[in-house]
Amino acid sequence: MVKKLINGNYAASYASKLARAQVIAAYPITPQTNVVELIADFVASGEMKAKYICVESEHSAMAACIAASATGARTFTATSSQGLLLMHELLHWASGARLPIVMVNVNRAVGPPWSVWADQTDSISQRDTGWMQFYSESTQELLDTVIMLYKVAESPDILLPGFVTEDAFYLSHTYEPVDIPEQAMVDSFLPPFDPPFKLDVDRPHGLGSLSMPHQWYMEMRYNIAEAMDLSRRRILEVEREWRELTGRSYGGLLDEYGTDGADAIIACAGTAASTAREVVDDMRKVGKRVGLARIRCLRPFPTEELRALGRRVPVIGVMDRCYTFGDGGPLFTEIKSALYQLRDRPLVKNFVAGVGGRDITMKTIEKMFENLLRIGSSGLDREKEWVDLKRPEVV
Amino acid sequence: MRRELRSYKDLPPGPITFETTRGFFKTGSWRTFRPVVELAKCKKCWICWKFCPDVSVRIREDGKGVEFDYDHCKGCGICANECPAGAIQMVPEE
Repeated sequence: MVKKLINGNYAASYASKLARAQVIAAYPITPQTNVVELIADFVASGEMKAKYICVESEHSAMAACIAASATGARTFTATSSQGLLLMHELLHWASGARLPIVMVNVNRAVGPPWSVWADQTDSISQRDTGWMQFYSESTQELLDTVIMLYKVAESPDILLPGFVTEDAFYLSHTYEPVDIPEQAMVDSFLPPFDPPFKLDVDRPHGLGSLSMPHQWYMEMRYNIAEAMDLSRRRILEVEREWRELTGRSYGGLLDEYGTDGADAIIACAGTAASTAREVVDDMRKVGKRVGLARIRCLRPFPTEELRALGRRVPVIGVMDRCYTFGDGGPLFTEIKSALYQLRDRPLVKNFVAGVGGRDITMKTIEKMFENLLRIGSSGLDREKEWVDLKRPEVV
Repeated sequence: MRRELRSYKDLPPGPITFETTRGFFKTGSWRTFRPVVELAKCKKCWICWKFCPDVSVRIREDGKGVEFDYDHCKGCGICANECPAGAIQMVPEE
């Protein structure tokens, strides 16, 4: 075990090396660029045996990963914001072709106006592409999750791509001590990629051919739905194995903190959860029963975990670091939808905060908790609230 | 190998076809003009073979020039256009 002081981006590079990714297709974009820069160093120095393909766009980066993965190579790429949006078409293709590509996305706001700071609009916009989505809270979690995700994605009964996100700058450029696992240990955990079908000149077949309405398109989509549902259990199994090896785990699909006996909790994804933990500790010390539920995995969605939580907790505040115009915060609408089937539903309120990288401070979160505790007795004041918005009444 | 598929459970783990498309589907009926070669003029340069986008120009086993796979040739005329000897004519299908 070696501890290194690295940032989130370098944790992603180390993870791809430890996973022995064989093909890396890379295109630079702030704040992702040093993920693929360090991988380029690894490949140039011979420390990493991989084919490094410089491409002309993110669309091509994903196309190269798809082609390489179809021949049975383990693939990796990293992107952010507009780059992820440019990949969108091919994200659908990767999951439809059942290629377990693994990627890291740095959560960055979408323009205009230009912003390179933290916001989850980019990855949330990929909810329907059939990719598994993990949101990390720490640099160590990012490194560990990339390795775990390869194992989940490549399981013969799953065969779906996935990405791990890190909030721009909060993780991508913040240095933390990170345990870089031994290569031999990772090798014992993650066997080489051995897909049940691949492009092979000795055994030719077509990949992604046409399917007429009366043929098999619908059944193939059903199989993706089944695989994604199955991945819930597989994610938990793989995390258990990782914990046995390293002593580290991250709470499965929904990471709960201080939810026992809570009068109100906040649900969120990404680094704001670290700040919320501190606030939970402080408020618990003065007898306020509050807690945190971190959405670690957005796809597959932790539906059952949220329902179990909704049976115990009377008030849930959902903090979104992005917004779906014409509806609400995406985590808010997803969580409400999961809770709808409960007989006695908790109160659910949406806080939109930290959009475009605006800092989510402890004070911001404390205000939310105070509001949630209040509406717990007085009833919902308003369904959605943009927090720390510059408003005429407070100027 | 042709598999008997009855339900979603019988499908392979991805969107693959076990035979190449060529073996399964005859697409020559899309054609309105067919290429016809005059072997006496053929220089055996194989340019038509090289250019055919549908792998439908074949080199004859007797080596006397080329022949066409009319089950798959769609009549695009590239072979006739490329032939430096003018040995290939496009003839309307009846």
